[in-house]
Amino acid sequence: MPVMSTTKTERSAAAISAVGLRKSYGDKTVLDGIDLHIPAGSVFALLGPNGAGKTTTVKILSTLVTADGGQARVAGHDLATAPQAVRAAIGVTGQFSAVDGLITGEENMLLMADLHHLPKREGRRVAAELLERFGLAEAAKKPAQSYSGGMKRRLDIAMTLVGAPRIIFLDEPTTGLDPRSRHTMWQIVRELVADGVTVFLTTQYLEEADQLADRIAVLNGGRIAAEGTADQLKRLVPGGHVRLRFTDPSAYRSAASALREAAPDDESLALRVPSDGSQRELRSLLDWLEATGIEADELTVHTPDLDDVFFALTAGAEQPALSTEDVR
Amino acid sequence: MSSLSLAVRDSSTMLRRNLLHARRYPSMTLNLLLSPVVLLLLFVYIFGDVMSAGIGNGGTDRSAYLAYLVPGILLMTIGSTTIGSAVSVATDMTEGIVARFRTMAIHRGSVLVGHVVGSVLQCVMSVLLVGAVAVAIGFRATDATALDWLLAVGLLALVSVALTWIAVGMGLSSPNAEAASNNALPLMVLPLLSSAFVPVDAMPGWFRPIAEYQPFTPAIETLRGLLLGTEIGHNGWLAVAWCVGLAVLGYVWSTSLFAREPK
Repeated sequence: MPVMSTTKTERSAAAISAVGLRKSYGDKTVLDGIDLHIPAGSVFALLGPNGAGKTTTVKILSTLVTADGGQARVAGHDLATAPQAVRAAIGVTGQFSAVDGLITGEENMLLMADLHHLPKREGRRVAAELLERFGLAEAAKKPAQSYSGGMKRRLDIAMTLVGAPRIIFLDEPTTGLDPRSRHTMWQIVRELVADGVTVFLTTQYLEEADQLADRIAVLNGGRIAAEGTADQLKRLVPGGHVRLRFTDPSAYRSAASALREAAPDDESLALRVPSDGSQRELRSLLDWLEATGIEADELTVHTPDLDDVFFALTAGAEQPALSTEDVR
Repeated sequence: MSSLSLAVRDSSTMLRRNLLHARRYPSMTLNLLLSPVVLLLLFVYIFGDVMSAGIGNGGTDRSAYLAYLVPGILLMTIGSTTIGSAVSVATDMTEGIVARFRTMAIHRGSVLVGHVVGSVLQCVMSVLLVGAVAVAIGFRATDATALDWLLAVGLLALVSVALTWIAVGMGLSSPNAEAASNNALPLMVLPLLSSAFVPVDAMPGWFRPIAEYQPFTPAIETLRGLLLGTEIGHNGWLAVAWCVGLAVLGYVWSTSLFAREPK
Protein backbone atom coordinates (compact mmCIF):
# COMPACT_ATOMS: atom_id res chain seq x y z
CA MET A 1 0.00 0.00 0.00
CA PRO A 2 1.53 3.30 -1.03
CA VAL A 3 0.94 5.09 2.23
CA MET A 4 3.54 7.76 2.70
CA SER A 5 5.64 7.22 5.74
CA THR A 6 6.08 10.81 6.72
CA THR A 7 8.18 12.19 9.50
CA LYS A 8 5.86 11.96 12.42
CA THR A 9 5.24 15.38 13.89
CA GLU A 10 4.53 15.69 17.58
CA ARG A 11 1.54 13.56 18.40
CA SER A 12 0.44 15.90 21.14
CA ALA A 13 -0.39 18.74 18.78
CA ALA A 14 -3.07 16.75 16.96
CA ALA A 15 -6.41 18.45 16.56
CA ILE A 16 -7.90 15.26 15.23
CA SER A 17 -6.52 11.77 15.54
CA ALA A 18 -8.11 8.48 14.72
CA VAL A 19 -7.07 4.87 14.71
CA GLY A 20 -8.86 2.11 12.85
CA LEU A 21 -12.22 3.82 12.35
CA ARG A 22 -14.76 1.41 10.95
CA LYS A 23 -18.37 1.81 9.99
CA SER A 24 -20.84 -0.32 8.09
CA TYR A 25 -24.46 0.17 7.20
CA GLY A 26 -26.05 -3.26 7.06
CA ASP A 27 -23.57 -5.47 5.23
CA LYS A 28 -22.10 -2.55 3.31
CA THR A 29 -18.74 -1.56 4.76
CA VAL A 30 -18.33 2.18 4.37
CA LEU A 31 -15.17 2.72 6.39
CA ASP A 32 -12.71 -0.11 6.65
CA GLY A 33 -10.10 1.09 9.14
CA ILE A 34 -9.17 4.75 8.84
CA ASP A 35 -6.17 6.28 10.60
CA LEU A 36 -5.84 10.04 10.80
CA HIS A 37 -3.44 12.48 12.39
CA ILE A 38 -4.20 16.11 11.77
CA PRO A 39 -2.02 18.74 13.45
CA ALA A 40 -3.72 21.76 14.98
CA GLY A 41 -3.88 24.78 12.70
CA SER A 42 -3.56 22.84 9.47
CA VAL A 43 -5.89 22.14 6.58
CA PHE A 44 -6.52 18.51 5.89
CA ALA A 45 -8.35 17.37 2.79
CA LEU A 46 -10.05 14.05 2.47
CA LEU A 47 -10.25 13.42 -1.22
CA GLY A 48 -12.25 10.71 -2.85
CA PRO A 49 -14.95 9.78 -5.33
CA ASN A 50 -18.62 9.65 -4.41
CA GLY A 51 -19.34 6.83 -2.03
CA ALA A 52 -15.75 6.57 -0.81
CA GLY A 53 -16.81 7.27 2.78
CA LYS A 54 -15.93 10.96 3.07
CA THR A 55 -19.23 12.09 4.54
CA THR A 56 -19.35 9.12 6.89
CA THR A 57 -15.92 10.08 8.21
CA VAL A 58 -17.12 13.62 8.87
CA LYS A 59 -20.30 12.34 10.51
CA ILE A 60 -18.30 10.15 12.86
CA LEU A 61 -15.74 12.81 13.76
CA SER A 62 -18.48 15.39 14.33
CA THR A 63 -20.38 13.03 16.69
CA LEU A 64 -23.35 12.69 14.36
CA VAL A 65 -22.97 8.94 14.11
CA THR A 66 -20.91 6.50 16.14
CA ALA A 67 -18.19 4.34 14.66
CA ASP A 68 -18.50 0.55 14.80
CA GLY A 69 -14.83 0.22 15.66
CA GLY A 70 -11.69 2.21 16.27
CA GLN A 71 -10.94 5.25 18.39
CA ALA A 72 -10.79 8.92 17.70
CA ARG A 73 -9.95 12.06 19.60
CA VAL A 74 -11.08 15.48 18.49
CA ALA A 75 -9.69 18.57 20.23
CA GLY A 76 -8.22 16.22 22.82
CA HIS A 77 -11.54 14.64 23.74
CA ASP A 78 -12.51 11.05 23.12
CA LEU A 79 -15.44 10.78 20.71
CA ALA A 80 -16.98 7.85 22.51
CA THR A 81 -16.72 9.07 26.09
CA ALA A 82 -16.91 12.85 25.78
CA PRO A 83 -19.00 13.70 22.72
CA GLN A 84 -20.40 16.84 24.32
CA ALA A 85 -16.88 18.21 24.88
CA VAL A 86 -16.06 17.47 21.27
CA ARG A 87 -19.22 19.29 20.15
CA ALA A 88 -18.20 22.33 22.15
CA ALA A 89 -14.94 22.55 20.20
CA ILE A 90 -16.09 21.93 16.65
CA GLY A 91 -18.14 23.53 13.93
CA VAL A 92 -19.68 21.55 11.10
CA THR A 93 -20.86 22.64 7.69
CA GLY A 94 -22.38 19.72 5.90
CA GLN A 95 -22.85 18.93 2.27
CA PHE A 96 -26.48 20.00 2.40
CA SER A 97 -26.82 23.37 3.93
CA ALA A 98 -27.86 23.30 7.55
CA VAL A 99 -29.72 26.58 7.66
CA ASP A 100 -33.29 27.13 8.77
CA GLY A 101 -34.90 28.23 5.53
CA LEU A 102 -38.08 29.49 7.16
CA ILE A 103 -36.41 32.25 9.13
CA THR A 104 -34.13 35.07 8.00
CA GLY A 105 -30.37 34.96 7.77
CA GLU A 106 -30.09 37.21 10.76
CA GLU A 107 -32.49 35.07 12.80
CA ASN A 108 -30.43 32.02 11.90
CA MET A 109 -27.34 33.75 13.24
CA LEU A 110 -29.08 34.85 16.44
CA LEU A 111 -30.38 31.32 16.91
CA MET A 112 -26.80 30.10 16.85
CA ALA A 113 -25.74 32.84 19.26
CA ASP A 114 -28.49 31.78 21.68
CA LEU A 115 -27.51 28.12 21.41
CA HIS A 116 -23.91 29.08 22.16
CA HIS A 117 -25.25 30.93 25.20
CA LEU A 118 -23.75 34.25 24.17
CA PRO A 119 -25.09 37.27 26.03
CA LYS A 120 -27.74 39.10 23.96
CA ARG A 121 -25.59 42.09 23.10
CA GLU A 122 -22.57 40.02 22.14
CA GLY A 123 -24.75 37.67 20.11
CA ARG A 124 -26.04 40.59 18.07
CA ARG A 125 -22.54 41.94 17.58
CA VAL A 126 -21.12 38.57 16.44
CA ALA A 127 -24.08 37.97 14.15
CA ALA A 128 -23.81 41.37 12.52
CA GLU A 129 -20.05 41.05 12.13
CA LEU A 130 -20.21 37.66 10.46
CA LEU A 131 -23.10 38.64 8.18
CA GLU A 132 -21.02 41.63 7.08
CA ARG A 133 -17.89 39.53 6.63
CA PHE A 134 -19.69 37.01 4.43
CA GLY A 135 -21.44 39.59 2.31
CA LEU A 136 -24.87 38.81 3.71
CA ALA A 137 -25.63 42.06 5.49
CA GLU A 138 -28.04 43.20 2.78
CA ALA A 139 -29.89 39.90 2.66
CA ALA A 140 -29.94 39.55 6.45
CA LYS A 141 -33.64 40.34 6.77
CA LYS A 142 -34.75 37.96 4.04
CA PRO A 143 -35.79 34.35 4.64
CA ALA A 144 -32.86 31.99 4.11
CA GLN A 145 -34.80 29.84 1.68
CA SER A 146 -34.77 32.73 -0.79
CA TYR A 147 -30.95 32.73 -0.86
CA SER A 148 -28.90 31.43 -3.78
CA GLY A 149 -26.80 28.29 -3.33
CA GLY A 150 -23.65 30.28 -2.72
CA MET A 151 -25.36 32.57 -0.21
CA LYS A 152 -26.83 29.62 1.69
CA ARG A 153 -23.41 28.03 1.91
CA ARG A 154 -21.91 31.30 3.18
CA LEU A 155 -24.68 31.64 5.76
CA ASP A 156 -24.03 28.04 6.73
CA ILE A 157 -20.36 28.75 7.39
CA ALA A 158 -21.17 32.02 9.14
CA MET A 159 -23.48 30.07 11.47
CA THR A 160 -20.73 27.54 12.10
CA LEU A 161 -18.39 30.35 13.10
CA VAL A 162 -20.69 31.91 15.71
CA GLY A 163 -19.25 29.76 18.47
CA ALA A 164 -15.66 30.47 17.33
CA PRO A 165 -14.83 26.76 16.95
CA ARG A 166 -11.17 25.73 16.87
CA ILE A 167 -11.85 22.84 14.53
CA ILE A 168 -14.11 23.11 11.52
CA PHE A 169 -15.43 20.30 9.36
CA LEU A 170 -16.39 21.26 5.84
CA ASP A 171 -18.07 18.45 3.97
CA GLU A 172 -17.80 19.18 0.25
CA PRO A 173 -18.12 22.92 0.82
CA THR A 174 -18.08 23.82 -2.87
CA THR A 175 -20.10 21.00 -4.41
CA GLY A 176 -22.82 22.53 -6.53
CA LEU A 177 -21.43 26.05 -6.40
CA ASP A 178 -20.62 28.15 -9.44
CA PRO A 179 -16.93 28.96 -10.05
CA ARG A 180 -17.21 32.41 -8.52
CA SER A 181 -18.81 31.14 -5.31
CA ARG A 182 -16.24 28.39 -5.21
CA HIS A 183 -13.41 30.89 -5.20
CA THR A 184 -15.17 32.89 -2.51
CA MET A 185 -15.38 29.71 -0.44
CA TRP A 186 -11.67 29.05 -0.94
CA GLN A 187 -10.92 32.54 0.25
CA ILE A 188 -13.03 31.91 3.35
CA VAL A 189 -11.13 28.73 4.12
CA ARG A 190 -7.80 30.54 3.75
CA GLU A 191 -8.96 33.23 6.17
CA LEU A 192 -10.00 30.60 8.69
CA VAL A 193 -6.56 29.05 8.54
CA ALA A 194 -4.97 32.45 8.99
CA ASP A 195 -6.93 32.67 12.25
CA GLY A 196 -5.37 29.42 13.39
CA VAL A 197 -8.42 27.23 12.93
CA THR A 198 -7.95 23.59 12.01
CA VAL A 199 -9.92 22.73 8.89
CA PHE A 200 -11.00 19.21 7.95
CA LEU A 201 -12.35 19.35 4.46
CA THR A 202 -13.71 16.75 2.12
CA THR A 203 -13.82 17.24 -1.59
CA GLN A 204 -14.06 15.39 -4.83
CA TYR A 205 -12.17 18.14 -6.61
CA LEU A 206 -8.46 17.56 -6.86
CA GLU A 207 -7.77 21.18 -7.61
CA GLU A 208 -9.50 22.17 -4.39
CA ALA A 209 -7.37 19.85 -2.29
CA ASP A 210 -4.27 21.06 -4.11
CA GLN A 211 -5.20 24.71 -3.54
CA LEU A 212 -6.19 24.53 0.10
CA ALA A 213 -4.77 21.57 1.92
CA ASP A 214 -1.51 21.12 3.78
CA ARG A 215 -2.05 17.41 3.71
CA ILE A 216 -4.28 15.26 1.57
CA ALA A 217 -5.55 11.76 2.12
CA VAL A 218 -7.06 9.89 -0.79
CA LEU A 219 -10.00 7.84 0.39
CA ASN A 220 -11.15 4.99 -1.76
CA GLY A 221 -13.50 2.17 -0.91
CA GLY A 222 -13.43 3.00 2.79
CA ARG A 223 -9.65 2.94 3.06
CA ILE A 224 -6.99 5.60 2.84
CA ALA A 225 -5.13 4.78 -0.34
CA ALA A 226 -2.42 7.39 0.14
CA GLU A 227 -1.62 10.34 2.32
CA GLY A 228 0.82 13.20 2.10
CA THR A 229 1.33 16.70 0.80
CA ALA A 230 0.21 17.42 -2.74
CA ASP A 231 3.84 17.20 -3.89
CA GLN A 232 4.45 13.93 -2.12
CA LEU A 233 1.38 12.45 -3.70
CA LYS A 234 2.36 13.66 -7.14
CA ARG A 235 5.70 11.89 -6.80
CA LEU A 236 3.84 8.63 -6.35
CA VAL A 237 2.96 8.44 -10.01
CA PRO A 238 5.38 8.58 -12.89
CA GLY A 239 3.11 10.74 -15.00
CA GLY A 240 5.61 13.35 -16.27
CA HIS A 241 6.27 13.39 -19.97
CA VAL A 242 6.72 15.51 -23.04
CA ARG A 243 4.15 14.96 -25.72
CA LEU A 244 5.18 15.34 -29.34
CA ARG A 245 2.41 15.47 -31.88
CA PHE A 246 2.79 15.12 -35.62
CA THR A 247 0.51 15.78 -38.55
CA ASP A 248 2.51 13.87 -41.11
CA PRO A 249 2.25 10.08 -40.57
CA SER A 250 5.65 9.39 -42.10
CA ALA A 251 7.38 11.94 -39.86
CA TYR A 252 5.58 10.33 -36.92
CA ARG A 253 6.79 6.86 -37.91
CA SER A 254 10.40 7.86 -38.31
CA ALA A 255 10.33 9.73 -35.02
CA ALA A 256 8.75 6.73 -33.31
CA SER A 257 11.50 4.41 -34.53
CA ALA A 258 14.21 6.88 -33.51
CA LEU A 259 12.77 7.56 -30.04
CA ARG A 260 12.79 4.13 -28.50
CA GLU A 261 11.82 5.12 -24.97
CA ALA A 262 8.75 7.04 -26.12
CA ALA A 263 5.29 5.60 -25.81
CA PRO A 264 3.60 5.84 -29.19
CA ASP A 265 0.00 6.79 -29.71
CA ASP A 266 -0.73 5.83 -33.32
CA GLU A 267 -4.22 7.20 -33.34
CA SER A 268 -3.34 10.81 -32.61
CA LEU A 269 0.16 10.56 -34.12
CA ALA A 270 1.73 11.50 -30.80
CA LEU A 271 4.73 10.34 -28.78
CA ARG A 272 5.05 10.52 -25.02
CA VAL A 273 8.64 10.94 -23.95
CA PRO A 274 9.17 10.41 -20.21
CA SER A 275 10.51 13.59 -18.62
CA ASP A 276 10.41 15.42 -15.33
CA GLY A 277 9.75 18.66 -17.20
CA SER A 278 12.97 20.35 -16.06
CA GLN A 279 14.75 22.85 -18.26
CA ARG A 280 17.79 20.60 -18.51
CA GLU A 281 15.83 17.58 -19.74
CA LEU A 282 13.82 19.70 -22.14
CA ARG A 283 16.94 21.23 -23.62
CA SER A 284 18.59 17.88 -24.19
CA LEU A 285 15.40 16.53 -25.76
CA LEU A 286 15.14 19.55 -28.05
CA ASP A 287 18.83 19.30 -28.96
CA TRP A 288 18.39 15.65 -29.77
CA LEU A 289 15.32 16.32 -31.92
CA GLU A 290 17.26 19.06 -33.73
CA ALA A 291 20.23 16.76 -34.32
CA THR A 292 18.16 13.91 -35.72
CA GLY A 293 16.07 16.25 -37.86
CA ILE A 294 12.76 15.39 -36.27
CA GLU A 295 10.29 18.23 -36.29
CA ALA A 296 7.15 17.82 -34.22
CA ASP A 297 4.15 20.00 -35.01
CA GLU A 298 3.28 20.46 -31.38
CA LEU A 299 5.14 19.98 -28.12
CA THR A 300 3.51 19.98 -24.70
CA VAL A 301 5.02 19.39 -21.29
CA HIS A 302 2.89 17.35 -18.94
CA THR A 303 3.84 17.29 -15.26
CA PRO A 304 2.02 14.81 -13.05
CA ASP A 305 -0.93 16.36 -11.24
CA LEU A 306 -3.33 15.09 -8.64
CA ASP A 307 -5.55 13.79 -11.40
CA ASP A 308 -2.89 11.22 -12.21
CA VAL A 309 -2.51 10.35 -8.55
CA PHE A 310 -6.22 10.06 -8.13
CA PHE A 311 -6.73 7.82 -11.12
CA ALA A 312 -3.72 5.73 -10.25
CA LEU A 313 -4.93 5.17 -6.69
CA THR A 314 -8.63 4.76 -7.33
CA ALA A 315 -8.75 3.00 -10.68
CA GLY A 316 -6.79 -0.06 -9.63
CA ALA A 317 -4.25 -1.52 -12.04
CA GLU A 318 -4.72 0.85 -14.93
CA GLN A 319 -1.70 3.08 -15.36
CA PRO A 320 -2.54 6.75 -15.57
CA ALA A 321 0.50 7.61 -17.68
CA LEU A 322 -0.96 5.58 -20.51
CA SER A 323 -4.66 5.91 -19.96
CA THR A 324 -5.19 9.58 -19.34
CA GLU A 325 -4.98 12.33 -21.86
CA ASP A 326 -3.86 15.85 -21.23
CA VAL A 327 -7.28 17.01 -20.26
CA ARG A 328 -6.25 20.34 -18.91
CA MET B 1 -24.21 26.04 33.71
CA SER B 2 -26.13 23.26 35.41
CA SER B 3 -27.74 20.72 33.16
CA LEU B 4 -31.24 21.79 34.16
CA SER B 5 -30.68 25.45 33.37
CA LEU B 6 -28.99 24.38 30.12
CA ALA B 7 -32.06 22.33 29.29
CA VAL B 8 -34.41 25.18 30.06
CA ARG B 9 -32.35 27.72 28.17
CA ASP B 10 -31.89 25.62 25.03
CA SER B 11 -35.49 24.46 25.07
CA SER B 12 -36.73 28.02 25.26
CA THR B 13 -34.43 28.96 22.37
CA MET B 14 -35.93 26.11 20.36
CA LEU B 15 -39.42 27.18 21.40
CA ARG B 16 -38.75 30.70 20.18
CA ARG B 17 -37.63 29.24 16.86
CA ASN B 18 -40.81 27.18 16.51
CA LEU B 19 -43.06 30.06 17.46
CA LEU B 20 -41.22 32.20 14.92
CA HIS B 21 -42.04 29.56 12.28
CA ALA B 22 -45.68 29.52 13.33
CA ARG B 23 -45.91 33.29 13.30
CA ARG B 24 -44.08 33.66 10.00
CA TYR B 25 -46.08 30.92 8.28
CA PRO B 26 -49.54 30.93 9.86
CA SER B 27 -51.23 29.48 6.78
CA MET B 28 -50.79 25.85 7.82
CA THR B 29 -52.13 26.45 11.33
CA LEU B 30 -55.07 28.39 9.94
CA ASN B 31 -55.78 25.74 7.29
CA LEU B 32 -55.91 23.10 9.99
CA LEU B 33 -58.36 25.26 11.92
CA LEU B 34 -60.62 25.37 8.91
CA SER B 35 -61.89 21.79 9.24
CA PRO B 36 -63.24 22.06 12.79
CA VAL B 37 -64.78 25.45 12.06
CA VAL B 38 -66.38 24.29 8.80
CA LEU B 39 -67.70 21.13 10.47
CA LEU B 40 -69.08 23.21 13.33
CA LEU B 41 -70.95 25.54 10.97
CA LEU B 42 -72.05 22.72 8.69
CA PHE B 43 -73.51 20.61 11.46
CA VAL B 44 -75.14 23.50 13.24
CA TYR B 45 -76.58 25.46 10.33
CA ILE B 46 -77.16 22.80 7.67
CA PHE B 47 -77.82 19.59 9.64
CA GLY B 48 -78.65 21.32 12.92
CA ASP B 49 -82.43 20.78 12.95
CA VAL B 50 -82.23 17.11 12.10
CA MET B 51 -79.36 16.50 14.51
CA SER B 52 -81.14 18.36 17.25
CA ALA B 53 -84.18 16.15 16.79
CA GLY B 54 -81.89 13.14 16.67
CA ILE B 55 -80.40 13.75 20.09
CA GLY B 56 -83.87 13.98 21.52
CA ASN B 57 -84.29 17.64 22.29
CA GLY B 58 -87.31 18.37 20.21
CA GLY B 59 -86.97 19.32 16.56
CA THR B 60 -87.03 23.07 16.43
CA ASP B 61 -84.10 24.33 18.46
CA ARG B 62 -80.68 23.84 17.00
CA SER B 63 -78.97 25.51 19.99
CA ALA B 64 -79.31 22.24 21.90
CA TYR B 65 -77.29 20.52 19.23
CA LEU B 66 -74.79 23.38 19.19
CA ALA B 67 -74.18 22.80 22.89
CA TYR B 68 -73.80 19.09 22.30
CA LEU B 69 -71.40 19.60 19.40
CA VAL B 70 -68.95 22.22 20.71
CA PRO B 71 -66.95 20.09 23.20
CA GLY B 72 -66.22 17.55 20.45
CA ILE B 73 -65.27 20.29 18.02
CA LEU B 74 -62.86 21.78 20.55
CA LEU B 75 -61.10 18.44 20.98
CA MET B 76 -61.09 17.94 17.25
CA THR B 77 -59.37 21.31 17.00
CA ILE B 78 -56.57 19.97 19.18
CA GLY B 79 -56.34 16.85 17.02
CA SER B 80 -56.03 18.80 13.81
CA THR B 81 -53.59 21.34 15.25
CA THR B 82 -51.26 18.55 16.24
CA ILE B 83 -51.25 17.30 12.64
CA GLY B 84 -49.41 20.53 11.95
CA SER B 85 -46.89 19.59 14.63
CA ALA B 86 -46.29 16.20 13.00
CA VAL B 87 -45.71 17.95 9.67
CA SER B 88 -43.36 20.55 11.08
CA VAL B 89 -41.34 17.93 13.00
CA ALA B 90 -41.01 15.82 9.84
CA THR B 91 -40.00 18.88 7.82
CA ASP B 92 -37.45 19.81 10.43
CA MET B 93 -35.87 16.36 10.38
CA THR B 94 -35.38 16.45 6.62
CA GLU B 95 -33.59 19.81 6.88
CA GLY B 96 -29.92 19.98 7.63
CA ILE B 97 -30.51 22.27 10.58
CA VAL B 98 -31.31 19.40 12.95
CA ALA B 99 -28.08 17.66 11.94
CA ARG B 100 -26.36 20.90 12.91
CA PHE B 101 -28.11 20.90 16.29
CA ARG B 102 -26.90 17.35 16.87
CA THR B 103 -23.28 18.43 16.41
CA MET B 104 -23.64 21.31 18.88
CA ALA B 105 -23.08 21.22 22.62
CA ILE B 106 -26.71 21.85 23.45
CA HIS B 107 -29.25 19.98 25.54
CA ARG B 108 -30.19 16.93 23.49
CA GLY B 109 -33.88 16.99 24.23
CA SER B 110 -34.35 20.69 23.55
CA VAL B 111 -35.29 20.20 19.90
CA LEU B 112 -38.27 18.02 20.82
CA VAL B 113 -39.23 19.98 23.90
CA GLY B 114 -39.30 23.13 21.80
CA HIS B 115 -41.66 21.46 19.36
CA VAL B 116 -43.92 20.08 22.08
CA VAL B 117 -44.26 23.30 24.05
CA GLY B 118 -44.76 25.27 20.84
CA SER B 119 -47.42 22.85 19.68
CA VAL B 120 -49.28 22.95 23.00
CA LEU B 121 -49.30 26.76 22.86
CA GLN B 122 -50.66 26.57 19.32
CA CYS B 123 -53.36 24.16 20.50
CA VAL B 124 -54.37 26.64 23.17
CA MET B 125 -54.53 29.44 20.60
CA SER B 126 -56.54 27.29 18.22
CA VAL B 127 -59.01 26.22 20.91
CA LEU B 128 -59.50 29.86 21.87
CA LEU B 129 -60.15 30.83 18.24
CA VAL B 130 -62.59 28.00 17.56
CA GLY B 131 -64.18 28.56 20.97
CA ALA B 132 -64.70 32.20 20.02
CA VAL B 133 -66.48 31.11 16.83
CA ALA B 134 -68.66 28.80 18.91
CA VAL B 135 -69.55 31.58 21.32
CA ALA B 136 -70.22 33.90 18.39
CA ILE B 137 -72.84 31.53 17.00
CA GLY B 138 -74.53 31.11 20.33
CA PHE B 139 -72.70 28.54 22.44
CA ARG B 140 -73.02 29.21 26.18
CA ALA B 141 -71.73 27.21 29.11
CA THR B 142 -73.79 29.06 31.68
CA ASP B 143 -73.96 26.32 34.27
CA ALA B 144 -70.22 25.80 34.54
CA THR B 145 -68.60 26.88 37.80
CA ALA B 146 -65.13 28.38 38.06
CA LEU B 147 -63.81 24.96 39.09
CA ASP B 148 -65.48 23.37 36.09
CA TRP B 149 -63.78 25.87 33.81
CA LEU B 150 -60.44 25.28 35.46
CA LEU B 151 -60.82 21.53 35.05
CA ALA B 152 -61.93 22.00 31.47
CA VAL B 153 -58.84 24.06 30.66
CA GLY B 154 -56.69 21.48 32.41
CA LEU B 155 -58.27 18.69 30.40
CA LEU B 156 -57.74 20.53 27.11
CA ALA B 157 -54.09 21.16 28.04
CA LEU B 158 -53.60 17.52 29.02
CA VAL B 159 -55.12 16.31 25.75
CA SER B 160 -52.89 18.77 23.87
CA VAL B 161 -49.75 17.45 25.55
CA ALA B 162 -50.73 13.81 24.93
CA LEU B 163 -51.68 14.26 21.28
CA THR B 164 -48.64 16.44 20.62
CA TRP B 165 -46.21 13.79 21.85
CA ILE B 166 -47.98 11.23 19.64
CA ALA B 167 -47.85 13.67 16.72
CA VAL B 168 -44.14 14.31 17.30
CA GLY B 169 -43.54 10.56 17.16
CA MET B 170 -45.54 10.37 13.93
CA GLY B 171 -43.51 13.24 12.50
CA LEU B 172 -40.20 11.62 13.49
CA SER B 173 -41.19 8.28 11.99
CA SER B 174 -42.23 9.84 8.68
CA PRO B 175 -39.70 10.28 5.91
CA ASN B 176 -41.13 13.62 4.77
CA ALA B 177 -43.84 16.20 5.38
CA GLU B 178 -46.40 14.56 3.05
CA ALA B 179 -46.05 11.21 4.77
CA ALA B 180 -46.32 12.91 8.14
CA SER B 181 -49.59 14.60 7.25
CA ASN B 182 -50.98 11.24 6.08
CA ASN B 183 -49.71 9.33 9.10
CA ALA B 184 -51.15 11.91 11.45
CA LEU B 185 -54.59 11.81 9.85
CA PRO B 186 -56.05 9.58 12.62
CA LEU B 187 -55.73 12.60 14.92
CA MET B 188 -58.34 14.27 12.72
CA VAL B 189 -60.44 11.24 11.83
CA LEU B 190 -60.80 9.70 15.29
CA PRO B 191 -63.03 12.54 16.56
CA LEU B 192 -65.42 11.79 13.66
CA LEU B 193 -65.76 8.26 15.03
CA SER B 194 -66.43 9.43 18.57
CA SER B 195 -69.38 10.87 20.44
CA ALA B 196 -68.53 14.32 19.07
CA PHE B 197 -71.37 14.47 16.54
CA VAL B 198 -73.88 11.90 17.73
CA PRO B 199 -74.22 10.02 20.99
CA VAL B 200 -72.65 6.58 21.08
CA ASP B 201 -76.08 5.11 21.83
CA ALA B 202 -77.25 6.19 18.40
CA MET B 203 -74.54 4.18 16.63
CA PRO B 204 -74.88 0.61 15.34
CA GLY B 205 -74.24 -1.95 18.05
CA TRP B 206 -71.06 -3.42 16.59
CA PHE B 207 -69.48 0.03 16.36
CA ARG B 208 -70.34 1.25 19.83
CA PRO B 209 -67.36 -0.28 21.70
CA ILE B 210 -64.98 1.29 19.19
CA ALA B 211 -66.53 4.71 19.58
CA GLU B 212 -66.88 4.40 23.31
CA TYR B 213 -63.37 3.35 24.23
CA GLN B 214 -61.26 5.31 21.78
CA PRO B 215 -59.41 8.19 23.44
CA PHE B 216 -61.55 11.05 22.15
CA THR B 217 -64.92 9.91 23.48
CA PRO B 218 -64.05 9.93 27.20
CA ALA B 219 -62.35 13.31 26.78
CA ILE B 220 -65.37 14.71 24.93
CA GLU B 221 -67.82 13.32 27.48
CA THR B 222 -65.74 14.79 30.30
CA LEU B 223 -65.54 18.21 28.68
CA ARG B 224 -69.26 18.09 27.96
CA GLY B 225 -69.92 17.26 31.58
CA LEU B 226 -67.73 20.07 32.84
CA LEU B 227 -69.17 22.72 30.53
CA LEU B 228 -72.79 21.59 30.29
CA GLY B 229 -73.34 19.58 33.42
CA THR B 230 -74.04 16.24 31.75
CA GLU B 231 -73.11 12.96 33.39
CA ILE B 232 -69.35 12.35 33.42
CA GLY B 233 -69.24 9.04 35.26
CA HIS B 234 -66.12 6.98 34.67
CA ASN B 235 -65.20 9.07 31.62
CA GLY B 236 -63.16 11.52 33.71
CA TRP B 237 -60.70 8.90 34.87
CA LEU B 238 -60.74 7.20 31.52
CA ALA B 239 -59.84 10.48 29.80
CA VAL B 240 -56.99 11.19 32.21
CA ALA B 241 -55.71 7.62 31.87
CA TRP B 242 -55.79 7.85 28.08
CA CYS B 243 -53.95 11.18 28.12
CA VAL B 244 -51.26 10.05 30.51
CA GLY B 245 -50.87 6.78 28.62
CA LEU B 246 -50.62 8.48 25.23
CA ALA B 247 -48.26 11.15 26.54
CA VAL B 248 -45.91 8.57 28.03
CA LEU B 249 -46.11 6.38 24.95
CA GLY B 250 -45.53 9.35 22.64
CA TYR B 251 -42.65 10.61 24.77
CA VAL B 252 -40.87 7.25 24.86
CA TRP B 253 -41.52 6.67 21.17
CA SER B 254 -40.37 10.15 20.13
CA THR B 255 -37.23 10.27 22.24
CA SER B 256 -36.13 6.83 21.08
CA LEU B 257 -36.73 7.80 17.45
CA PHE B 258 -34.81 11.03 17.95
CA ALA B 259 -31.92 9.27 19.64
CA ARG B 260 -31.72 6.86 16.72
CA GLU B 261 -28.65 7.44 14.62
CA PRO B 262 -29.37 9.58 11.58
CA LYS B 263 -28.53 7.95 8.27
